[in-house]
Amino acid sequence: MTQRLFFLLPLLIFAVLAGYFLWGLSPDRDPQALPSAMIDRPTPEFDLPPVPGLPQPGLASADLAQGEVVMVNFFASWCVPCRAEHPYLTELAERSGVPLYGINHRDKPEAAVAWLEELGNPYRRIGADSGRGAVEWGVSGVPETFILDGEGRIRYHHRGPLVGDLIEKEVEPMLRALRP
Amino acid sequence: MRALAVVLALLIGMPAVALEPDEILPDPVLEQRARELSKEIRCVVCQNESIDSSNADIAREVRLLVRERLVAGDSDQQVLDYLVARYGDFVLLRPPVKPGTYLLWFGPGIVLLFGLAAVFFFFRRQRAAATGAASLSAEEEARLARLLDDPDAAQNNQPTAPAEPKERR
Repeated sequence: MTQRLFFLLPLLIFAVLAGYFLWGLSPDRDPQALPSAMIDRPTPEFDLPPVPGLPQPGLASADLAQGEVVMVNFFASWCVPCRAEHPYLTELAERSGVPLYGINHRDKPEAAVAWLEELGNPYRRIGADSGRGAVEWGVSGVPETFILDGEGRIRYHHRGPLVGDLIEKEVEPMLRALRP
Repeated sequence: MRALAVVLALLIGMPAVALEPDEILPDPVLEQRARELSKEIRCVVCQNESIDSSNADIAREVRLLVRERLVAGDSDQQVLDYLVARYGDFVLLRPPVKPGTYLLWFGPGIVLLFGLAAVFFFFRRQRAAATGAASLSAEEEARLARLLDDPDAAQNNQPTAPAEPKERR
């Protein structure tokens, strides 16, 4: 009997490998996706000056932990996916009333001003980041978006553009959970 | 032609370094530490390149940050901890040994142990089978003894051997 079970071993190994490959090749899986190390961490320490030519003030850690749920969005005028997510973000900020703060990442001020003039400016404050701000936030590229709770704790971190049903499926449920 | 070959050979031999002159620290000891540390840190947008060899903007930013922290008096471990706190273990090119990575570090050893165990049991069973075949029944022992005593008996004493004619030719 045990002998016979022994011959099932290759079949078992095959099943495990096949399951692994199936998971690996699944179209729903993004092999580039990275888990964020920032979730549940307090607001990073940063203090960014305003973008010259924009009416908004700059952005610093102290502006965020004010007892209100806020969104922080890293963007740049040279970033194409940022352009794609911009209408979604604008609409979300208007509809939900959640303050949206921007961090303009490695951009020329005049390019950023022109970009926001063209597409609209939904941000309450905008900090100009030469690169170090992104490292403080664990950001690897633009666009990336965070949701912070009233105590300034990071509750949500998305790498890449917030387009399609992401807002409906991830962002809005998170906002609802944080703002009863 | 020969000059071209020399130039090509030199280019191939060049180490891949993305470090720019304005990043280099005046203190050669700190700079050496920064270089060694940079080789351990992954450029987070380039999947499998260290910040030492990547030209990405973020790699430059992290190289500058590593140097800044070293100048400020951080130990190598403190610099790595600072980055791990922000980018997770992904930022380290050499994964740390901790419960979550035991399978990664010890998996090959465990597979090897399984293989050794399988080989051991295989040979043990083979030897058991070999010794088992040597133990004959009383009747067979008697027949063997008869055959050994009298070689001629082997010719006559073949009542049940259907394969025999073939071997005898």
